[in-house]
Amino acid sequence: MIALLLILVPLLSGLATFLLKKEEQVRTWSLLAAIITFIIAILGVAVYNAPACWTFKAQWMGLLNSSFSLKGDGMGILLCMLTAFSYPIIFLATWTTAYKKANNFFGLMLLTQAGMMGVFLAMDALLFYFFWELALIPIYFICSQWGGEKRIAVTFKFFVYTFLGSLLMLIGILYVYSKTAGNSFDITAFYTATLSPKEQAWLFWLFFVAFAVKMPIFPFHTWQPDTYQQAPTAGTMVLSALMVKMGVMGLLRWLLPVLPVASYSWGDTVSTMAVIGIVYASLIAMQQDDMKRLVAYSSIAHIGLMCVAVFAEDKSSIEGVLIQMFSHGINILGMWIVVEIIERKFGTTKISALGGIAQKAPALTFFFIIIAFANIALPLTNAFIGEFMMFNGILGSKVTQYGIPLMATAGLGVILGAVYTLKMGRRVFFGTTNALTEKGTDIAFHEKAILTIIIVTILVIGIYPQPLLNSVEEISQSILKHSDVLYLLKKH
Amino acid sequence: MNAVILSGLLGVVMLFASFLFQTKEPVRITAIAGTLLLLIANVLESKGIHFFSINTSGFLNFGYYSLFFNSIAIFATLIFFLISSKDMQKVGGHYAEYFALIFFILTGIFLVTSFTNLLMLFIGIEIISIPLYILTGAAKKDLKSNEAALKYFLMGSFSTGIMLMGITLIYGATGTFDIDKMNLVALEKSHLITAGLFMLLFSMCFKVSIAPFHFWTPDVYDGAPNVFTSFMATIVKVGIFIGFIHLFNTAFDKVTIQWKVWMAVMAALTLFIGNITAVFQQSVKRMLAYSSISQAGFMLFALVAMNATSYEGLIIYSLAYCLATIGVFGVISKMTDYSFEGFNGLAKHQPLVALCVTICMLSLAGIPLSAGFLAKFYMLKALIETGGYLWLVIFGVIMAAVSAYYYFRLIQAMYFKEGPNNFTQIAAGEKYVLVAICILIVFVGVFPNIIFNWLYF
Repeated sequence: MIALLLILVPLLSGLATFLLKKEEQVRTWSLLAAIITFIIAILGVAVYNAPACWTFKAQWMGLLNSSFSLKGDGMGILLCMLTAFSYPIIFLATWTTAYKKANNFFGLMLLTQAGMMGVFLAMDALLFYFFWELALIPIYFICSQWGGEKRIAVTFKFFVYTFLGSLLMLIGILYVYSKTAGNSFDITAFYTATLSPKEQAWLFWLFFVAFAVKMPIFPFHTWQPDTYQQAPTAGTMVLSALMVKMGVMGLLRWLLPVLPVASYSWGDTVSTMAVIGIVYASLIAMQQDDMKRLVAYSSIAHIGLMCVAVFAEDKSSIEGVLIQMFSHGINILGMWIVVEIIERKFGTTKISALGGIAQKAPALTFFFIIIAFANIALPLTNAFIGEFMMFNGILGSKVTQYGIPLMATAGLGVILGAVYTLKMGRRVFFGTTNALTEKGTDIAFHEKAILTIIIVTILVIGIYPQPLLNSVEEISQSILKHSDVLYLLKKH
Repeated sequence: MNAVILSGLLGVVMLFASFLFQTKEPVRITAIAGTLLLLIANVLESKGIHFFSINTSGFLNFGYYSLFFNSIAIFATLIFFLISSKDMQKVGGHYAEYFALIFFILTGIFLVTSFTNLLMLFIGIEIISIPLYILTGAAKKDLKSNEAALKYFLMGSFSTGIMLMGITLIYGATGTFDIDKMNLVALEKSHLITAGLFMLLFSMCFKVSIAPFHFWTPDVYDGAPNVFTSFMATIVKVGIFIGFIHLFNTAFDKVTIQWKVWMAVMAALTLFIGNITAVFQQSVKRMLAYSSISQAGFMLFALVAMNATSYEGLIIYSLAYCLATIGVFGVISKMTDYSFEGFNGLAKHQPLVALCVTICMLSLAGIPLSAGFLAKFYMLKALIETGGYLWLVIFGVIMAAVSAYYYFRLIQAMYFKEGPNNFTQIAAGEKYVLVAICILIVFVGVFPNIIFNWLYF
């Protein structure tokens, strides 16, 4: 029931939002809807956490053997929590941002949320595909209607990339479907489909491209910096904090276990691509003069590391990815909130045009520094746990021989990450004030409250990650069991 | 049989309607009521209630599948009348005759979907074509319309000639017109069969505008009056497709002549030409003409695959494609400027209409939750099940991504750009129909089982 509610509440409240007229009403209503969703998610974790509460199955397309099947496994619950947690924060953080036709904006935002929840919970390949696209369409409209100057072309590029990726995935889904016993779209049928290594080898790319575009992995990333820059900040938050997780989750749920042999044989290729992406994105991030683009490139680097860790197929690395998915969502959300505040206050995100904000806004600076530390994975912050486990897993990986070079190169990305993040902090917040930042004021109370929530989450997970670790243990073992090539070879 | 005779009679009734009624309102109401009657009669027949019992000497066979498709065709015509019949007044003075011609075309479609005898196929195609030539040239004072009609007539009669030649050759080899009885497998060494098969293939491809036989399509669709383009690009086209698959499945499925490879190559070519050319169009109407070519390329997947899924797929494709295209044309007929610029800012002036066009466009592009997605889904599924045409599947989805470009261009124009209001009045009734179309598109997209339950149970 929880699983169904998490989709239905945003869906229905989103549709209702379109009918509202006054902007004030719309904001309150959608914030309320987001908070209700969050409460449902909390209840689902704390009270009704029996598997039965997180499972829902109904007839859908009987003739195709596709059912409306939802289930929250460890990964699904974690990502639903992240989504449910982020939405009220996003709404509050952009509370004072004015939107033309606010009802459409917030309606589409809630529809996106419904789509993402569906992606995280769907246990039927066709249903997964439906939600995958359902999440894309509203965000396309959000970014094209409310974004910056070049928004239409940029967003369309994003759309075409993802659309082509998902269509290729559709071919893959259909092919696997035709090879399952009794033709079913159910995830267990997919896990037991009989696919020869040769078939897996090309099917792998059909699936991988779809996920790689969403994440994004080098060289499928070219849409991302432009879109992040041009989209309205609330849209960027959704894209970077939540939507990229759809790709990572796709890898873990729909790629590794479905095509284990191919994931093993292509693993090094993909990891190499991801590592190139990490270094490449970090180097570009160092040259950026725009905060938005810098954060966007840093996100590519972080996601690249997750991708390497996924294909290391080690218990520690998979758990690390799962935790990092959550942590990265929180951290990048914090980053965007700071960027959005700066943009709203000073009208620019150009690093060279800013400086000395710390003198005028000490509270903002304080929050930024904590978030920046989390972004570079300093110990005691949430990202440290995830990154540490990922590196540990990559190093100890049994499926790749290149654990050490991969780790070393990816580690370079972390060092570069510290360089550009701190450099941005220094140039934006410290130094002397200029004409623009002279008039700056500190942040308002509600902004302080939101940022406090963010850094409390960062620190709590950083200091006491045990509950999170427990929650992902079972699912990571299940993923590894299904994708264990050696085990599968023995079985045949 | 109900529908064939009734629609023929309705055609005659409509001819006389122009004498009986002085104003246009009763003519329209008669036509719509007639279509409704037709729909009921056809549905009753598929439930086993026959109004007429005529011995067709095995020339026609009204199976459940063809009756079901006929219901969809009549239903689409009904929607077409509801949304566009007022705009037919703008075309010319012979208001009632247009309806009569459309009923005659429907008769032809029923023959084409239910034939078992090649002569019936030929007669059906002719009954479809000749009224279409007239409708294309219906705007008598418009040079473009005249040109289109002439072009269509010349090219169309040429292709019909080829078809007749193909039928003759096959008759020469087998001694029968009956596609069930011709047992081509035993005779396939005969060159007559090979020649006849390809003549039939090419002439059918011409009728459904498959590249490289598509050259007439953009000019004719563009030149014909908007309302009639809507009709001929949708209902007529999918009707002939049903005949096409019936012919090739029954008569030629078992022969070893490699026509499927030809068809696959033509499908790829059609998708390529249709989509790439559509990208460069400035007029929405012309874009839709090319989009209809590319959609035909997708429908051809069903014939390449030739399995049970293709039959299901063609049904859902027909419905999805007809609904969306009729909806968009219904809006185009009410625009004073139907270039892409003309649609700029439509969302501001007519939010509901713009939303409906958006849903139609999403359906044509094949976005999930719309009927168009399931249509494409079934085509891909059919082809993957057959195996061996994976290159075509991948090429198809790449082209589907290209098609998103021009469909979304219209959405971008309506929502993200500013412009003057080029939209003339839309009657409240027509607005409801437009909304109903969109609801139906989404409904079929979410619960396709409804359609298939009707088809199977």
